[in-house]
Amino acid sequence: MRNAKPLPEPTPETQHFWDGTLVGELRLQRCDTCRKAYFPPRPFCPACGSRSVSIFKASGRGSLYSYVICHKEAPGFTPPYAIAVVQLEEGPRMMANIVECPQTPEALELDMELNVVFVKENDTVTLPLFKPAK
Amino acid sequence: MKPKSIAVVGAAETTELGVIPGLSQLGLHGDAALNAMADAGLKPSDIDGVATAGESPIRVAHYLGITPTWIDGTSIGGCSFLMHVRHAAAAINEGLCRTVLITHGESGKSWIAPTLPPARTPGSLEGQFEAPFGTVWAPSMFTIPVLRYLKHFGITQEQLALVPVIQREWAAMNPRATAKSAITVEDVLSSRMIAYPFRLLMCCLVTDGGGALILTSADRAKDLGRPVYILGTGESAESTMISQMSDFTSSRAFRVSGRKAFEEAGITHDDVDHLMIYDAFAHLPLYGLEDLGFCKPGEAAAFIAERNTAPGGRLPLNTNGGGLSYMHSGMYGMYALQESVRQMRGAAPAQVKGAKISVAHGVGGWFSGSSTIIFSNQAP
Repeated sequence: MRNAKPLPEPTPETQHFWDGTLVGELRLQRCDTCRKAYFPPRPFCPACGSRSVSIFKASGRGSLYSYVICHKEAPGFTPPYAIAVVQLEEGPRMMANIVECPQTPEALELDMELNVVFVKENDTVTLPLFKPAK
Repeated sequence: MKPKSIAVVGAAETTELGVIPGLSQLGLHGDAALNAMADAGLKPSDIDGVATAGESPIRVAHYLGITPTWIDGTSIGGCSFLMHVRHAAAAINEGLCRTVLITHGESGKSWIAPTLPPARTPGSLEGQFEAPFGTVWAPSMFTIPVLRYLKHFGITQEQLALVPVIQREWAAMNPRATAKSAITVEDVLSSRMIAYPFRLLMCCLVTDGGGALILTSADRAKDLGRPVYILGTGESAESTMISQMSDFTSSRAFRVSGRKAFEEAGITHDDVDHLMIYDAFAHLPLYGLEDLGFCKPGEAAAFIAERNTAPGGRLPLNTNGGGLSYMHSGMYGMYALQESVRQMRGAAPAQVKGAKISVAHGVGGWFSGSSTIIFSNQAP
């Protein structure tokens, strides 16, 4: 397992997110009080502290906010591979890999439009990744 | 804290720097601590406060034969030692202890009995929302914001590459620097790619070393050698997840920490004669110069290109050569503090003539935490 990709272990506070990726949904949370969408998951609003929050299905649309292209070996990855931060349409940002796209500065253009894709790692874990919209 | 109520009375690095096969991590703490005590003319029995990071402060205290009445184990990365200075100043002023020893030691190169970094467990936020995407080491995380920074301000990779080139000029003047030979922008841009756009010469060194500081009240410092006074202090934090840093073009932790320190010191930027900005990677001096207020947003690269921070410039920056050329054991903040103290004592290899105020600014993690310490060599 030493060369396996490190996979997430859901906690009670994040279970809904990982349950969502299994069924092809990118689930975010929104504060019922201040209406702000946020990520990563937690059972309260990081903007105002309210415990009244709701889970919703995000559009899965975003844009490429920033990235690096790693040239060193990493468990589960073949270099060069890009680690990206995606600006989601709903406001929050999340880390992801960009798939179906050459891992080059020329192909990875900042602000390019992206759509979420769900990549199954095993029976219990599906990762949300992103691919170019066009 | 009240400016100049606290002074550094002992400051030293390990006897050797670079590759030190003869000392473990704890041994590096001990060597640096003994050197700092000798510098201050103090014995272990004179110390009643101990602070360290990346190592147990209890282990350090017992190893050195110290019985502390105050302990600080704040360990949030490379700027922990700057935070220790701030916390120690508050503790001494509050009467919790009289004389504080802050130690750092890291066998970053030789790996002799190192403290292993806390594993990112698969259930932690980083373990769930960053590690699965291949973030295994500092160069793959600390570097992520920079493409956004470059695009936002229209800065080129050539301008980024100038940062290590100019710091190497400072290192060339320092016999203890690990890397002293001159480099060009072309050398930087043709060095091995690590994590695009970062190449090897834009990344810090990996070395062994340590350092220690001794602080006491300004009143007691008068009887001890070469006091350097603490003028202002700041600290802040943002996120342990680089993906959740709120603005990739500016560090909130830098801005808040810097502002606190300058307000406390009651000085303006024009008063600053010497500056240290923790440079784990080439972009850190750019963010630091802007977020501390020395440059407007987006103007630091031009400021550096105009040689303002180079030898002979009006704001000498990272005069030991920095983490990029001097040394970087893993938590470099201690060496930024050491160089500020040397400059204030007039004892630096690349001494800034007549320097009276020095600012040391540190980062912990990847823009996760920050602390700023402002020094003066003028007695209260």
